[in-house]
Amino acid sequence: MAGVAAWLPFARAAAIGWMPVANLPMPVAPNQKNKRQDELIILNVSGRRFQTWRNTLDRYPDTLLGSSEKEFFYNEETHEYFFDRDSEMFRSVLNFYRTGKLHYPRSECISAYDEELAFFGIIPEIIGDCCYEEYKDRKRENAERLQDDLEDNKDKKPPNMTCRETMWRAFENPHTSTMALVFYYVTGFFIAISVITNVVETVPCGTSTHQKEVPCGERYTVAFFCMDTACVMIFTVEYLMRLFAAPSRYRFMRSVMSIIDVVAILPYYIGLVMTDNEDVSGAFVTLRVFRVFRIFKFSRHSQGLRILGYTLKSCASELGFLLFSLTMAIIIFATVMFYAEKGSSSSKFTSIPASFWYTIVTMTTLGKGMTNPKNKSTNDHSLCSLSSNTPTCIDMNLININIQRIYVTAVSGGLQIVPASC
Amino acid sequence: MGLVVGTFSMQTKQVNYRKDKVDDDLEMSMVCHRPEGLGQLEALTNFNKRELQVLYRGFKNECPSGVVNEDTFKQIYSQFFPHGDASPYAHYLFNAFDTEHSGSIKFEDFVTALSILLRGSVREKLQWTFNLYDINHDGYINKEEMTDIVRAIYDMMGKYTYPALKNDSHKQHVEAFFRKMDKNRDGVVTLDEFILSCQEDENIMRSLQLFENVI
Repeated sequence: MAGVAAWLPFARAAAIGWMPVANLPMPVAPNQKNKRQDELIILNVSGRRFQTWRNTLDRYPDTLLGSSEKEFFYNEETHEYFFDRDSEMFRSVLNFYRTGKLHYPRSECISAYDEELAFFGIIPEIIGDCCYEEYKDRKRENAERLQDDLEDNKDKKPPNMTCRETMWRAFENPHTSTMALVFYYVTGFFIAISVITNVVETVPCGTSTHQKEVPCGERYTVAFFCMDTACVMIFTVEYLMRLFAAPSRYRFMRSVMSIIDVVAILPYYIGLVMTDNEDVSGAFVTLRVFRVFRIFKFSRHSQGLRILGYTLKSCASELGFLLFSLTMAIIIFATVMFYAEKGSSSSKFTSIPASFWYTIVTMTTLGKGMTNPKNKSTNDHSLCSLSSNTPTCIDMNLININIQRIYVTAVSGGLQIVPASC
Repeated sequence: MGLVVGTFSMQTKQVNYRKDKVDDDLEMSMVCHRPEGLGQLEALTNFNKRELQVLYRGFKNECPSGVVNEDTFKQIYSQFFPHGDASPYAHYLFNAFDTEHSGSIKFEDFVTALSILLRGSVREKLQWTFNLYDINHDGYINKEEMTDIVRAIYDMMGKYTYPALKNDSHKQHVEAFFRKMDKNRDGVVTLDEFILSCQEDENIMRSLQLFENVI
């Protein structure tokens, strides 16, 4: 609090309290010999005149305005101090002397503000709590932007990079060299091939009219197996190369993208190990489902996908609440439906879990109508369907807003969305 | 897991809203006070216009609402004594300034007290000090009151005094004080005893002179 200096006479006067108690006489207070009468100073900043008491400026003697440094800017003819600086930002500088708190004007550019503070000899660390967060955020964004510019301008790789570091750079940023770009497109191509293969495998291929239609996968087993092997080999090689190049292998193995890579190629190897054993073939079929995870490998190739993932993660609480409220409503309505339909003998709602299906279908507005309530419990039916719409709409809106915000920030370079790797 | 997390996060957002509402209510009940005219204050006190202006500017800077409550008072006073805990002594000071016992000090109270302390006669200063020590304002200073005051002063000085104070030095201090002040040895000090004893003590008289040119 800067104005406390004005209370010094009061503090000294209050010393009378311990005077009778003291054993020795009081020391003499330091007498200010050069005590001037308080006078007004005129500060001319680019034509805009500010006036303040001299004592106000003297509160902070280690700044430009508080020390004798300002005498360099004194204009003899007009008896004022002239500064050729921005008058808008000077307002916050002068307010610092008046109130003791330095505020950061949000409409000003952060680097311009830093320059002004440096000129007037004020350290930015004393910015008040109200504006400190904003100031730090803007400063960080600016630093990141500068660093991005620096990296973009870097055409040549820095010398003395080991083979490992070169590889990692190539993986992370495909635009660094042609090899990296080729690798990027090749992997993308093979991911697409793999996904299309999985889909085509199940399409019934036309055969002669005598036999029943079989899926292509069973007809051209060898061809599809070769395709699958090729894709898995590429993915395995890519994974091993990334693992080799990663600066911190442990962190790389823990990252989301690497887990997706492993899950994508594991079913194939498990399938190789397990032969046509009848017992485990059921499990084996389930494992093949995991091959669909290969589609998530595309997120290394698409920033939009990464943003979506990031959004869902940041909306986790809202999504969680949506899920919770839906579950609550489902249980409530299913219970009511079950007990309402209990009387009717031909009712399909044989138990509460059985009525879950009906409730879920109604609440998510699918309305398949496979099980219809026999009883005229239309009130509950309509209440159930009406009540589900609102939370879904609200939460979808929230997610939409979040996606927009994050996408805009990401595109403008403010947010670094990188794949979850080291 | 998401369900639990979701529910709890929605709960916490509500609590913050409630707290803000309470703060708003407090804001509305703050009172703004304006002092008497400059001329009247000049007549009431021993300061001239210019000194009153300087005093008021400093006062208004720290207390824009025109009144000081006890917490602000303690805060301001603690700034001058960072080494120790100035709150107990500031509490007694506040009660001495707040002559009407309203719980807040207006500028008139502030400047009246300062006028006595800095420009008053010796008797007025000693009377003010007696009022400071007499915590319950019954006209007598007894040993308990004096012990409280001395302990408050010791707290304010903090641990870094020279010479270093021992734990029970304040008891001895109180004993010494009573030996000097209590003339008729009845265990309490009245105003007349206090003024008489102080006038006899050279050190105290000399110290009182120092307050002339504080402002």
